[in-house]
Amino acid sequence: MGTITFVEYDGTTHEIELVDGSSLMQLATSNGVPGIDGDCGGEASCGTCHVIVDEAWAARTGTRSEEESQMIEMSPECAPNSRLACQITATPDLDGLTVRLPEFQM
Amino acid sequence: MTPIDTVLDQALTRVTDKVQATIPVDRQVRAAHLVKKAKRFAGLETPLVFTEEPIPDPADVPLTEIDLSNPFMNRQGKWYPYFARLRDEAPVHYLADSPFGPFWSITRYADIQAVDSNPKVFSAEPYIVLGQPPLEIEMFIAMDPPKHDVQRKAVQGVVAPRNLKEMEGLIRERVQEVLDSLPTDEPFDWVDRVSIEITGRMLATLLDFPYEQRRKLTYWSDTISGTAEGTGGTTHQDEMFAAGEELARSFVALWHDKAARRAAGEPDGFDLITLMQTSEDTKDLIKKPMEFLGNLTLLIVGGNDTTRNSMTGGVLALSQNPDQFEKLKADPSVIPNMVSEIIRWQTPLAYMRRVAKEDVHFGGQFIRKGDQVIMWYASGNRDERKFENPDAFLIDRPNARNHMSFGFGVHRCMGNRLAEMQLRILWEELLARFDRIDVVGEPEYVQSNFVKGYSKMMVQLTARSAPQESAEPAEEPAAA
Repeated sequence: MGTITFVEYDGTTHEIELVDGSSLMQLATSNGVPGIDGDCGGEASCGTCHVIVDEAWAARTGTRSEEESQMIEMSPECAPNSRLACQITATPDLDGLTVRLPEFQM
Repeated sequence: MTPIDTVLDQALTRVTDKVQATIPVDRQVRAAHLVKKAKRFAGLETPLVFTEEPIPDPADVPLTEIDLSNPFMNRQGKWYPYFARLRDEAPVHYLADSPFGPFWSITRYADIQAVDSNPKVFSAEPYIVLGQPPLEIEMFIAMDPPKHDVQRKAVQGVVAPRNLKEMEGLIRERVQEVLDSLPTDEPFDWVDRVSIEITGRMLATLLDFPYEQRRKLTYWSDTISGTAEGTGGTTHQDEMFAAGEELARSFVALWHDKAARRAAGEPDGFDLITLMQTSEDTKDLIKKPMEFLGNLTLLIVGGNDTTRNSMTGGVLALSQNPDQFEKLKADPSVIPNMVSEIIRWQTPLAYMRRVAKEDVHFGGQFIRKGDQVIMWYASGNRDERKFENPDAFLIDRPNARNHMSFGFGVHRCMGNRLAEMQLRILWEELLARFDRIDVVGEPEYVQSNFVKGYSKMMVQLTARSAPQESAEPAEEPAAA
């Protein structure tokens, strides 16, 4: 149990119940968080679940893999802590995590 | 690379760059044409010619002889049964001999996604079609990282959702103009009057190309992508080179004209030429004319066939499935999902090609370095392992968004959101005007093993009995 917070570009927050073992992309899409598309279904091959992890949490979520970088670095909104939500697995350790959404997925 | 190789390589690059920058690009195209002609006259090369013959049923052909490269597959309605057999019996299939040489066919969704996501092993260079296009131009869809990333980044801003928002009103206006000019209660060619017309208008807008000459963009795109050598099409090589030359001249002129207008103080637009001129990485692209030409050709071809054939395919799919049209009329909020389903069902580009950069075990087969690997998106989109009842057209299909028509990985379609927006607007405006859209007669299909398209489709419209205001854009689009 626990929560993960998604913050839309306009500041709207969505506090979602953490499900151990689910990816952040799955949590967002199954709870109707707008702005997470997840077109490829979670294979890090489309780049449409881009989120930016709060600095304080970066150590716990880890850094992006080369595969993720390939997709995410093409986005004009790519930030140092940009990740693909499909590549972050929710665990109790991530209780309280906040991620921000870019203005657009592309 | 040894130091001497590096030095030689650099010297060669300098010479090539110098030549490229000095000789006008249309002359370079003409030179390439002359070389090709000379080779033909000397008997060193024979142009490919395809003659249509009835294609047997897949069950009557030995597995090893199945040839998906036949450019009449789509026209004869044979692709899907062949894909189905390969998915079940030989999902990683080798054909030792075809007019385009030997090649592997990948037909299952998961396998295609794996190949597409692995540019280290499966290279997009030097072409993304089965055959060898007669004109060798450089485009980023056929480049591997890191060069690909730099060039793509430079131009993809034009289709960034922020720009699209700005453009939405303009697109809607142009779609409305086209639809308002259509006749009702009499047959007309949907391909020519709607699909080509709207796509041409959008391309001209994106490129800031003279609006009244927009049909040239369509002509160049069809001609350049339609050679027998590249895709099994009908364009004669000579015509292709002439079109290439004309396109090159026009775009060089457009580039200089734009630069002059900007120098004279005209504010920057959000068209592609301006974006290229204002980006550090591409501001001097004109000095590398073949690259310049390649990337523009890519954007024209990429924005032409794809949207056009989805605009036609959607009408055909709904006409064949009247229950879905009724569902749509009852609940227009399903349009964004239907757009994804149209793109899945149609799959306007049937495949992309890769070349193995190393020996690799894949799907129980041994693919050798240098082998051609064809990812059949058209088959992946009908894979029953991914989509339930895959041949059905269901506008509310839950996982329609997972279609692979845009490809996956670094080459994923750059114009995907623009394409979705154009189709969404088209359907919002169609619903506001017409009660029925009937396809009358059999559609005619493009001869190609690459473009899954229509050359003609007669339709008849019935106006809405109670005309309404134009549909407003969905209040909360399912996906931004």
